[in-house]
Amino acid sequence: MFKAKNRLGLVFFPAFDWAISSTHPEREERLLYTQDQIFEEGIEDIDGIHFYNPIVAEERDIERVHFCVPDVKTRLTKSHFISVGGAIRAFKSIMDGEVDKAFALVRPPGHHAHRVVYGDRGFCVVNVEAVMLEKIRQEYGDLRVAIVDTDCHHGDGTQDIYWNDKDTLFISFHQDGRTLYPGTGFMDEFGGPSGYGYNINIPLPPGTGNEGFLYVLDNVVLPILDEYKPDIIINSAGQDNHYTDPITNMNFTAKGYAELNHRLDPDIAVLEGGYSIEGALPYINLGIILAMAGIDYSHVMEPDYDEEKLRQPMDITEYIKELSDTVYDRWKNRYELSRHNLKDTDVVERSRQIFYDTDRILEEQTQRFRVCRHCSGLNTVESRSSTGYNIFGITIPRDACSKCIDDGHKLYKNTPSGRYSNIYLQDRVNDEFFK
Amino acid sequence: MIVGLDMGGTHIDGVIVEDGKIINTVKKPTNRDNLFESIWTTLEELLSGYDKSNIRRINLSTTVSTNAIVEGKTSPVGMIIQSGPGLPTDFLACGDENVFISGYIDHRGTVVKELDLEEVERGLKLFKEKGIESCGVVTKFSTRNPSHELVIKEMAEKDFNPVTMGHSMSGKLNFPRRVYTSYLNSAVYDTFNEFADNIKKSMEREGIDAPLFVLKADGGTMNLSTAEEKPVETILSGPAASFMGINAMLKTDRDALLLDIGGTTTDIFFLADGIPLFEPLGIKIDRYKTLVRAIYSYSIGLGGDSSIKVEDGKLKIGPKREGRPYAFGGPMPTPTDAMIVLDLIEDGDRDKAHKAMDILGKELGLSIEDVAKKVLDTMGGIIKHEVDGLLYEINSHPVYTVEELLYGKEVQPEVINIIGGPAKVLKPILEEKFKLPCHYPENYHIANAVGAALAKTTTEITMVADTARGILSVPELEVYEKISRHYTLDSARDRALQLLEESALSLGAKEDELELEVTEESVFNMVRGFFTSGQNIRIKAQVKPGLIQELRSDRVV
Ligand SMILES: [Zn+2]
Ligand SMILES: [Zn+2]
Repeated sequence: MFKAKNRLGLVFFPAFDWAISSTHPEREERLLYTQDQIFEEGIEDIDGIHFYNPIVAEERDIERVHFCVPDVKTRLTKSHFISVGGAIRAFKSIMDGEVDKAFALVRPPGHHAHRVVYGDRGFCVVNVEAVMLEKIRQEYGDLRVAIVDTDCHHGDGTQDIYWNDKDTLFISFHQDGRTLYPGTGFMDEFGGPSGYGYNINIPLPPGTGNEGFLYVLDNVVLPILDEYKPDIIINSAGQDNHYTDPITNMNFTAKGYAELNHRLDPDIAVLEGGYSIEGALPYINLGIILAMAGIDYSHVMEPDYDEEKLRQPMDITEYIKELSDTVYDRWKNRYELSRHNLKDTDVVERSRQIFYDTDRILEEQTQRFRVCRHCSGLNTVESRSSTGYNIFGITIPRDACSKCIDDGHKLYKNTPSGRYSNIYLQDRVNDEFFK
Repeated sequence: MIVGLDMGGTHIDGVIVEDGKIINTVKKPTNRDNLFESIWTTLEELLSGYDKSNIRRINLSTTVSTNAIVEGKTSPVGMIIQSGPGLPTDFLACGDENVFISGYIDHRGTVVKELDLEEVERGLKLFKEKGIESCGVVTKFSTRNPSHELVIKEMAEKDFNPVTMGHSMSGKLNFPRRVYTSYLNSAVYDTFNEFADNIKKSMEREGIDAPLFVLKADGGTMNLSTAEEKPVETILSGPAASFMGINAMLKTDRDALLLDIGGTTTDIFFLADGIPLFEPLGIKIDRYKTLVRAIYSYSIGLGGDSSIKVEDGKLKIGPKREGRPYAFGGPMPTPTDAMIVLDLIEDGDRDKAHKAMDILGKELGLSIEDVAKKVLDTMGGIIKHEVDGLLYEINSHPVYTVEELLYGKEVQPEVINIIGGPAKVLKPILEEKFKLPCHYPENYHIANAVGAALAKTTTEITMVADTARGILSVPELEVYEKISRHYTLDSARDRALQLLEESALSLGAKEDELELEVTEESVFNMVRGFFTSGQNIRIKAQVKPGLIQELRSDRVV
């Protein structure tokens, strides 16, 4: 066999004994054909590619990121702890210098899981990337990180978790929310007061193909990353932009995914969605593995690939060019936009309804972000669910000043317990969780 | 009587076992230029004075194929390879001529693009022009659908022999390994068959009509006619012979560490609940990773004759052997010299052994005796260190289910069984290092031949039953049968065991010695759209490697 240019760590955990239900897209079969393809290609024999088993994440790893209601044990299955643990293991293999890059092929996915968790939405319960990243930050120190969400659905959970964090740049390109679940991910969702401009959405029209995706990558994502200069780039690697995906309407290909990963050059990729399990996943995953390992991926192709049929129409190309200009201009003007929007405010309030499609739960929440001159600012969430909970969550951010830390603890102590079914405090400075 | 012959690099050992007792043994040097001659003279000497009609079977472990590969004395092979989309292909070129053809089959076994017969014809013509007579034909996912390999074989058969087809080598998925395995099978085919013909003729001449079995790297045997078709299965059976020998002489049903400590190397093996650990996919020979099933074995450059140096104030033993021990006129101090100094061995020149330890002692500022003790302690330390590393790797092998990840079996040896010259000396040291009981047999020097003699016939199958396509396949048996949409895991399991038994019998197994087991099974609900379209059932089953009869006479220490 030959040698990979980049040492690549793979956590391949198909969870062959776990499903949301036996006919649900998140079922045992999902990575079966991907495994067949990886095995038949002899990936495990390539010099420089290493396979790792997941570790099992701990409750406190979840609590560092989420307010699980009523608690972590009630909301998560063993598979969730392993899926997250798989991503953590992959990230560790980079941090410990075992490999140069890593790809965690784990399930279930996580990018629709918000900070508050009442149940499963968009097949996600815990946010795999966020729990992974915060665990790594806790163990290895602060990192400036860019998460690029390449799933076809808007990564609304990841956006929510890093909404107010300018040290975690979140870029999501996805099928326009007016045409697809979860219905969010528009340009004006630009971040909280401390992270304004560091949450970037690029809603793409249905029918976007290789040309469009790579245009956005080259003209928006890569220039922004160049300026942002992250320590680590994470690809939140959903595969449902594929032209055969049953629940979306895009025209991306396996070779396109490989090319994207080659150009984006992420340090770590984590599998998100993607439900064309036979016609797409085996080829996309192979393409991503080869691209990340620095191996020629030009022979990767789907059985029914037809270049002509997948060519992107002119009007879509034009639309995407204009969109890209707008998004990039907004990034360039983020300080001005921020000054304009946040003039003289002490607290920014944001109220939303969140629907849990998988578990049929409706949540109403109000977040309050304190605008603090010394740190990202204390923030809180008040939330009630159709399942009868009524919670109050307080987050002291990683970079909190001493006043915000003190105020956070005071607020936790002084909030009358009778007013809420559950009160939580995340103290990220001291890595403590109170419930 | 059962006859066991083990052909090693330097010696051929022969034993006769009757009713669990070793009744005769012979040791002869190997003549590498005439392996058949070496075997035959050993066999003749071993059998002289015994009634040849009492021989129930002859089990032979041979290096014929291994040597041909390692020494590059193989036949030229023309490879026809259909690689389809995926990885780059140039690294697959292992034959003397390699023709890459178009067409492809996907992971479900669907023909996506048809064969181009003209391409195949052109390839075969090229082989003929180059004077190539042996072929290998391998297509990606041929285990799922062998139709392209079968068509090409039919085209090649009239002009070429052998024509090895990838899917007949193994049912496991790994295209590059399938290419290399098929190549090697064709490459050693002539050499092995010539050897087999000689053996058959000589046996006939001498009136020996006992069945002849050949040892495989997985610790089992196959009959000669199977070996003639799949000679690649005979490679690297040496470690398997010693492994089976240790098991014959020291029986255990627990997790165990097995060591074969020789002059140059130490071979490391493991048992899990008394069952051998296998290489996950297959053994590596020369630069080829193959699908040839093999006992898991790891060899380190550490033995009684390993040379010892002092580096950075520390003893460095091995990995090289520079010659015989110092006490036997060799150039460098060795562990054997240390054993002589400590009166653990009576052989050799004691003065020279002292001198050897003195050289090391001066550098380390230790007395002769202390150095000798330190040498043995270091040897034990190296073994412990290596074994710990291997166990870590073994116990972190990839798993794919929640169940296995959380509750999977870990190999944790509870006993150490050793063979080899230094076994007796190292026993107390290893017991101390591992904190485990350690055993060695008295007759360790014939363990390999005993292992070969007592090895049972083994085989393994890989089954996929896809009820949506309506096909059940066991590629290595060339079984592709129709099944109904309602086929279940239970019916697949029954069919697998039935096919496995038939296969074992055809390899020469006796019905009463068969121990069949399912090693892996899973079933996946296949859903297309919103409805279940079928079941995807996967089963692996094997004949457990084991002993034809228990050894009764050997004393265990
Ligand atoms: Zn998605
Ligand atoms: Zn503050």
